[in-house]
Amino acid sequence: MGPSGPCAIDAAMAKVVFPDHLLQHTGGERELDVVAANFRELLAVLESKWPGTAEVFAKCAVAIDDQIYQDAFLEPLQPHSEVFFMQRIEGG
Amino acid sequence: MAEAVDYKVVGTRPIRPDGVDKVTGRAQYGADLNLPNMLYGKVLRSPHAHAKIKSVDVSKALAMDGVYAAVSGADFPTAAHGDIGGEGGGDVADVAKNVMARDKVLYHGHAVAAVAATSQSIADAALAAIDVEYDVLTPVLDVDEAMADDAPLLDENCFTANLPEKPDKPSNIAAVMQLARGNVEEGFEAADVIVEGDYNIPMAHQGYIEPHACTATINEAGQATVWCCTQGHFEFRSMTAKLLGMEIADLKFIASEIGGGFGGKTVVYLEPLAVLLSKQSGRPVKMMMTREDVFRATGPTSGTHCKVKVGAKKDGTLTAATAWLAYEAGAFAGAPMGPGAMCVFAPYELENFHIEAFDVLVNKPKVAAYRAPGAPQAAHAIEVALDDLARQLDMDPIDLRLKNAVSEGTQASYGPKFPRIGFKECLEAAKAHPNYTKPLPEGAGRGVAAGFWFNVGMQSSAEVHINENGSVIVVEGNPDIGGSRASMCIMAAETLGVEYDSVRALVGDTESTGFSNVTGGSRTTFATGMAVIEACEDIIAQCKARAAATWGVDEDQVEWEDGQAVPAPGVNADVKPLSLADIAASAHKTGGPLLGRASLNAQGAGASFAVNICDLQVDAETGKVDVLGFTAVQDAGRAIHPDYVEGQMQGGASQGLGWALNEEYIFDKNGVMENAGFLDYRIPVASDLPMIDCEIVEVPNPSHPYGVRGVGETPIVAPLAAAANAVRDATGVRVNDLPLSPPRLLDAIDSAE
Repeated sequence: MGPSGPCAIDAAMAKVVFPDHLLQHTGGERELDVVAANFRELLAVLESKWPGTAEVFAKCAVAIDDQIYQDAFLEPLQPHSEVFFMQRIEGG
Repeated sequence: MAEAVDYKVVGTRPIRPDGVDKVTGRAQYGADLNLPNMLYGKVLRSPHAHAKIKSVDVSKALAMDGVYAAVSGADFPTAAHGDIGGEGGGDVADVAKNVMARDKVLYHGHAVAAVAATSQSIADAALAAIDVEYDVLTPVLDVDEAMADDAPLLDENCFTANLPEKPDKPSNIAAVMQLARGNVEEGFEAADVIVEGDYNIPMAHQGYIEPHACTATINEAGQATVWCCTQGHFEFRSMTAKLLGMEIADLKFIASEIGGGFGGKTVVYLEPLAVLLSKQSGRPVKMMMTREDVFRATGPTSGTHCKVKVGAKKDGTLTAATAWLAYEAGAFAGAPMGPGAMCVFAPYELENFHIEAFDVLVNKPKVAAYRAPGAPQAAHAIEVALDDLARQLDMDPIDLRLKNAVSEGTQASYGPKFPRIGFKECLEAAKAHPNYTKPLPEGAGRGVAAGFWFNVGMQSSAEVHINENGSVIVVEGNPDIGGSRASMCIMAAETLGVEYDSVRALVGDTESTGFSNVTGGSRTTFATGMAVIEACEDIIAQCKARAAATWGVDEDQVEWEDGQAVPAPGVNADVKPLSLADIAASAHKTGGPLLGRASLNAQGAGASFAVNICDLQVDAETGKVDVLGFTAVQDAGRAIHPDYVEGQMQGGASQGLGWALNEEYIFDKNGVMENAGFLDYRIPVASDLPMIDCEIVEVPNPSHPYGVRGVGETPIVAPLAAAANAVRDATGVRVNDLPLSPPRLLDAIDSAE
């Protein structure tokens, strides 16, 4: 499944946003519209677009529709979901 | 504010179950275990802050009577690069070198060898017999100095991470991070008032009462048991396995009682050494740090240099802000600059901002987590700048913050929109608090500041055993630092519908309960609490099934109410309700003992905000600060045990005030810490502080069954700036650097006159 191919249905795309420190892995792209049913599929899309990056993205925390996940994998994505990659959060 | 929920046990204040053993001395801490034929392990530490190790010779030490083992870096397997896992752990190879130096020492106090002997005095003599040859190098001791192009390098293989292209030469800047939105130039052009500041804060230590300690024993089959004080025995097991090349299943870790951690006991220092010394000697080995060891060789929090610029309209609306945040990592990469960058503007709505943060190597101990790691330093910068802004705008400092406060739906500076949060509720509670308008003594000052922390979930496991009389045993995998046993008992009692006194909680070892991440990140009451609640729900489901079987009805015809199984409404069954005790008493007839369990990776941690009010007075002749009053307001989501929540708020405030007023690592020009003891490293004692007033705000976290947000991190974020702003109010002099110690304040007051 391509991230934004001609067959993609705009209305069913999730918006993915990358922070500055990940732009080295995305060729400078800050935002991407992606068709994916869950976070696992999103990672596959990113790996296919930017080979070798799956491990980098999988190690990030991610906010899906305002909910922060430290270890996202199977979380579903909705049409128009907003996905923000973030640095992992720890604590004392 | 808080929603009215009719809880019976949640929100009560029962006496802590661990209290009697702690006040009578029965509680077993890290150094309290003694085993037959036990040896004492000790560490030889580097006298230099930066040097190449030319050779280490332990042969003379090994030849001494009473010495059974001596190891140095050469005795450890070579650690490959990779994530060590756990809280703030970092790279495996770096942690390995921090535990025992290999080719270089990178801070004064860095471990270079270790011995095990029959007595502590023989171990000391053995350390003195070890020959180490060094090639001494120039130390890099200051974050600005370390970032300079011509700075001596700690690591020739350190290339700044997160840049668009890999740099062509190494640097002490291990990583950078940027966050930005909007157009900063246009934002500042739209401002009526602009303030900026430059803020330095030195390294500070968590100052936990109990020094690190452990005892390890390994048998001939290679199976080891380690007793230690730790915030996470499962992660200590994993780290030790990786550093020693051992199979995880051959390591059993037992967590002792713990005398404080605050993030500092999330990484290993002694444990791998004790296992290796035990393996070499064939005897149990106990290792204990002195307070001096703790200061010189464990992880404090970063010293920082921060610059902040903020613009606002005349009505207080923020138009733009920039932050430049440089964090000392110590000897190895991994300063908390990321959380600092994500926290600095998090409480405020900003259309235009730019944040740059740096993770910088210096010849000081490798930093470790400390409550809300990275946030207090960044918050100090922005909250002092906002105080200056409020003064220029002649605006109440709480009103300025209310004008710009984030709320549900605001796009956070770190990315997503905020779900339900309680920042405005905290600001309003602070403004309405009588302490905010209470008259000040002449010459005293009042300061206000806000703080934010994300909180986290992560993995937790729990089991719930029902005894034959219906009493309840909860087994958790998290060392109890902030009162988790009491909180787990409360949540179990509430969920099962039984009395608090019928529930006991214990911390299982790594072989007797499921994996749990560390006790840290304000996650235990939230995440492990969720596991306990799920395990109790598992028990309830089993009880309903057994009641249904007993009554000869379907399971969906049974409900659980007030701790007993009852027929569902409309079910025509002439039966007597069955309590947990009834079902437990007949469990041998209905399927055997009742055991509930749950394991999860908790999501949905709720962000927590705080607002602090600090009243203090400065002696103009000595520069000494007397804290007259301190009010901590914080959103706990839901306070499961309000005493413990207030304890966290008071503890964080005390530590933050110590950091603000006196605490600092003082190094000489060679990188030797000059104040490695509590006489010279001045943490506040009871007589230094007033009773800290607490107001718990409760805006429940919708992702937790009882609304818990987690409370341990946020309380330390605001006190640094609250104290600095109070000093400004009292003296009329703005001092940007911390600590606000007598010599610094006296100098500032004298300079202003």
